[in-house]
Amino acid sequence: MLSRVADSLYWMSRYAERAENIARILDVNLQLMLDLPKLSEEEQNALWEPVLRSTGDHEDFSKHYKETSSDNVIDFLTLHPKNSNSIINCITTARENARHVREQISLEMWEEINRTYLWMKSQTLKKIVRQGPYEFFTAVKNASHLFQGITDGTMTHGEDWDFIQVGKYLERADMTTRILDANDEIFIKRPANNSHTSGTLQWSAILRSCSSHDAYRKFYVAQVEPDKVVEFLILNEFFPRSIRYCAQELNYSLRRISGCKDEHFTNLGEKLTGCLVAELNYSALEDIKTVGMHKYMDEIQIKLNSIGEAIFQTYLFSPPLTAPEPEPEEETTPKQTQKQGKATANA
Amino acid sequence: MALLDKYQPGDFFDEMFVAEGKVRPHYAALFERFQNLDREEFDQRRSAVDAAFLRQGITFTVYSDEQGTERIFPFDLMPRIIPATEWNLIEAGLIQRMRALNMFLKDIYTDQRIIKEKVVPAEEVLTAKHYRPEMVGVPVPKDIYIHICGSDMVRDREGTYFVLEDNGRCPSGVSYLLENRVAMKRAFPHLFGSAGVRPVDHYTQDLLTILQYIAPPNGRSTPTVVLLTPGIYNSAYFEHSFLARQMGIQIVEGQDLVVQDKKVYMRTTKGLEQVDTIYRRLDDDFLDPKVFRKDSILGVPGLVEAYRAGNVSLANAIGTGIADDKVVYKFVPDMIKFYLSEEPILANVPTYLASDPKEREYIVTHLEQLVVKAANESGGYGMLVGPASTATQRAEFKEKILENPRNYIAQPTLNLSRHPSYCDGNFEGRHVDLRPYILCGEKISIVPGGLTRVALRKGSLVVNSSQGGGSKDTWVLYGDS
Repeated sequence: MLSRVADSLYWMSRYAERAENIARILDVNLQLMLDLPKLSEEEQNALWEPVLRSTGDHEDFSKHYKETSSDNVIDFLTLHPKNSNSIINCITTARENARHVREQISLEMWEEINRTYLWMKSQTLKKIVRQGPYEFFTAVKNASHLFQGITDGTMTHGEDWDFIQVGKYLERADMTTRILDANDEIFIKRPANNSHTSGTLQWSAILRSCSSHDAYRKFYVAQVEPDKVVEFLILNEFFPRSIRYCAQELNYSLRRISGCKDEHFTNLGEKLTGCLVAELNYSALEDIKTVGMHKYMDEIQIKLNSIGEAIFQTYLFSPPLTAPEPEPEEETTPKQTQKQGKATANA
Repeated sequence: MALLDKYQPGDFFDEMFVAEGKVRPHYAALFERFQNLDREEFDQRRSAVDAAFLRQGITFTVYSDEQGTERIFPFDLMPRIIPATEWNLIEAGLIQRMRALNMFLKDIYTDQRIIKEKVVPAEEVLTAKHYRPEMVGVPVPKDIYIHICGSDMVRDREGTYFVLEDNGRCPSGVSYLLENRVAMKRAFPHLFGSAGVRPVDHYTQDLLTILQYIAPPNGRSTPTVVLLTPGIYNSAYFEHSFLARQMGIQIVEGQDLVVQDKKVYMRTTKGLEQVDTIYRRLDDDFLDPKVFRKDSILGVPGLVEAYRAGNVSLANAIGTGIADDKVVYKFVPDMIKFYLSEEPILANVPTYLASDPKEREYIVTHLEQLVVKAANESGGYGMLVGPASTATQRAEFKEKILENPRNYIAQPTLNLSRHPSYCDGNFEGRHVDLRPYILCGEKISIVPGGLTRVALRKGSLVVNSSQGGGSKDTWVLYGDS
């Protein structure tokens, strides 16, 4: 398949997944605030800080707003035209990429993502607040689920489908690391007795951000405890949003694309992914604690970024045939969300 | 009150009505069905069709709009019907024209017999903007230059069909023809049952057959055919991706192709793959920055060299633009006589050339009655409709014509035929044209019908989508009623 097509499928999938994750994070935080008793304005605003950190848009946000209030954060992350990670921009980018390859994807996929885009274009902050943000975020999440379901159900599961999986699982793994990392404070500071409830609520909120509350309960049949939350979201083998699960799926897809069997590798992306899977397979909670949560998450983010870069160099990027080797890329800082490059977006 | 009760055909050739209340025989069945529809039901289907077009992204991009807004091409639910006898004439006439045009192109790029024998003046051909000296002496596969042609036809006050222009470069619109039929079948399935409408959906298969037919022999089994698009911001991008999907071929942009050893390859995730035929939807000017416009980032460096070496085929060939130059147009009836020794079946619209001193004099003194067109523009740009123009506009055009006579032609303002069209809640007469799509491979075939474009603005004669035009489904019947 064309490298450009693979590139578009990959980014279509990443941005669709990103829109869903951002909707989920916002939704959970709003609900959390309803549960916490009598918050001062300052306390309320402080609760939005981790949200902005997890999407990696903290600096950008302060350029546009003075106050970290609910309305401002919601506006910035849902509708802001200058924020490339706002839900509307994620959906627009996903749809632009789909438009680039609309003869490659199924008709049903195109119609669904186009429908979501047209619906999103008709939204305003006023509308979202009036109908209830919950309804809005649910609609965004459902649109993403529908799109992914349609993709699985209507597209041939060949190389093109695998590039979609690669985008989806890389993005998902990345977002889970960000959610954990942004909230690492509440894992470190064990709550004093009197705020015990608020701690539980926050851990529950983190689980909900990853749609994993029920799955967690079922797996542990226990109270929500920070250690177990960490273990579940990083190391669980079967939960589809845990980092380990995402890394495994990524590994399968990359191997289907190249035809290379397990335990071997033919390119850097496969090698790095294989290493990551092995590391997660043979890690336990104690290992994470020894390294420290923040450092551990940073390292995984760096690894995920390197995998993304390696896939780009192997499959998606076609250097001019006569030109010299491209300049080495600047070191990607782990805090920055991976974005679709200008060269591929505007060609 | 039924939908068409108050319809006024007016003082025009009306496609549906001979006179008020008197329907032409081939419209009789349709008329009856429409009269039995109530307005609410009709409106419902109309909005369902519009919503479906938007949902499917069947849209075009408006260039003048800075935001690059995508709009749906307005679709009028009342179909246009052509009876078999009329269609047979159109078909025979267009096939004849097509044969002559391809022979003309071959002649111009080889012996130039038609110039030597003074049938067509050399200066008119060799000064055409789209004449490509790079193509002189270059053989093209099977001697076909124009593989896909979209000729615009109109009817006058008497109902006579005329060819208004031959679009022999990259004619667009065929996807609307096909999608209009799909939409129509969905909205009014019961209309089709007994009407005897000839199907159109074999178009893409026929097109693919031609693209494979012209591929250079490659020693592999099936030729690799791709569609080259300028990209998603092109106004016809929907059509490009539609056609690629229907044919099951790759759609590529310039950056996806690369030339090595005079062969064209596409960049894939598994390395380079050779391409045999390119259905290019990119004008000559942008094809190859090494040969044509140096600033083109849409094209493929080295493509023309590969083409001249016969390692890749292009549809349409390079240099076909001279055949749809509006000055050269005037000579098509002469070409038919010259190459085929036949009388033209379809008439040309009388055309005055500003490059001829006598005709120029006539043009500048009769601007109010004429339609003036730039010789190389398309899409309804660069034209003056005399009767609807202001004195300032006429003065402006007069100056342009005198400054650059080769670039202008004029034609009498035709009293174009009208068709009942749904506007603001009522059926009113609106001017229409017809663009049939001609495919030229082993044989020449025309998909029955074409794109009927309708000037939805009251009184307007301009049917182009960029100028507020819409379209209709076009039915060619097996019989005459």
